[in-house]
Amino acid sequence: MDLTNSDRELTANVEELSGENIFSCYQCGKCSAGCPFTEEMDILPNQVIKKVQMGDGSVLDSDTPWTCASCLSCEVDCPKGNDVPAIMEAIREISLRKNLDRVDINKLETKGLPEIALVSNLRKKTG
Amino acid sequence: MRDITYYPGCSLKDTAKGFEASAVKVSEEMNVNLKELDRWNCCGTVYSLTDDNLMKQLGPIRNLIRARDEGSDKLYTLCSMCDNTLKRANLLVREEEDKRDKINSFMDQESDYEGSLEVRHYLEFLQDDLGWGEVRDRVEEPLEDLNVASYYGCMLTRPKDIGLDDPHNPTILGELVENLGGTPVDFPYESECCGSYNTVDNKEMVLNKTQTITAGARKSGADVLITSCPLCHFNLDSRQSDLLEVAPNHKPLPVLYFTQLMAVAFGYPKVNKFDEHAIDPKEVLKLENKVGSER
Repeated sequence: MDLTNSDRELTANVEELSGENIFSCYQCGKCSAGCPFTEEMDILPNQVIKKVQMGDGSVLDSDTPWTCASCLSCEVDCPKGNDVPAIMEAIREISLRKNLDRVDINKLETKGLPEIALVSNLRKKTG
Repeated sequence: MRDITYYPGCSLKDTAKGFEASAVKVSEEMNVNLKELDRWNCCGTVYSLTDDNLMKQLGPIRNLIRARDEGSDKLYTLCSMCDNTLKRANLLVREEEDKRDKINSFMDQESDYEGSLEVRHYLEFLQDDLGWGEVRDRVEEPLEDLNVASYYGCMLTRPKDIGLDDPHNPTILGELVENLGGTPVDFPYESECCGSYNTVDNKEMVLNKTQTITAGARKSGADVLITSCPLCHFNLDSRQSDLLEVAPNHKPLPVLYFTQLMAVAFGYPKVNKFDEHAIDPKEVLKLENKVGSER
């Protein structure tokens, strides 16, 4: 398969934002096996990485990076020592830096929510 | 009285007041004064995983600089999320020289910081600095017949390089429970994420975890569950009220901060502010008849 320049750009962006070598992942699937939220995801964490390896821009439309709670379960399980949560964050950041916020604070039902939840959510889901 | 410099973080001044009050009280009982950092700001709650944006590291690092400038060589935390964010920011400054230089050259009003401070969680203080014997000696009301599920969540033990225990087999909370006279129960969800900040925009996802974790603890025989994270506490305690609306047969499980359990065992349950909990722990802790007592 031939990668176009825009495919390569996605891969390079994720690598730059995450500080990770995306091609060190050999698709063993341990991140997905241990992830507590796969039932909520449209594609599995290892499939997200595969798409980034292939430069497949449809990864930016996936729910998975937004469902990821940065719980770091995959981070301690990855046999290659990859920081998978940082890769998820890089994908979120690509959208956030285009002003594509995932949550709109004006539409949120914030009553009763503690500040620790709001601050962390808005740091992860708004730019 | 031994002073230790303490970083409370936002939650302990608001939704987790019982966490702070109980920690202050049990510390006093062990001749330890939690000396609050004179000036502090939010740690950021979540450590930034973005490699190129150092701005998000300044919040936690400024707290570390202030603690150092007050003359401390250690900064103690209670909240798991603060502990994680401060420890990771500290490690970044220690290990990544180019980022440290950029951060230091950006900050005008603070003197340079090289990561000299040590960030320690209160559980580490109990285990390593004081020793469990000091805890055991203060127990007035041993937690006899109380089965306790220890919930570590994510931020106490992950990632490996800052975690305070084995991420796959943590024991520190269980050791605390034993030293309070209680019985730690084996519990399969002790390190499974509660859903964290997704509670804001995906409540259903969190409710699934609220149910899995609290019902799982019940199934393992737990009477109560303990945590050190105010966000886990919200998702496991307050969210049980929401869960009961959709799952009325759910058997509620009280969720306590570990210092609240210490206060119960030390004989000072009233500092715990249990009236701020969604699921009242007083009955299972056999405190209901003691309302009139001085403590």
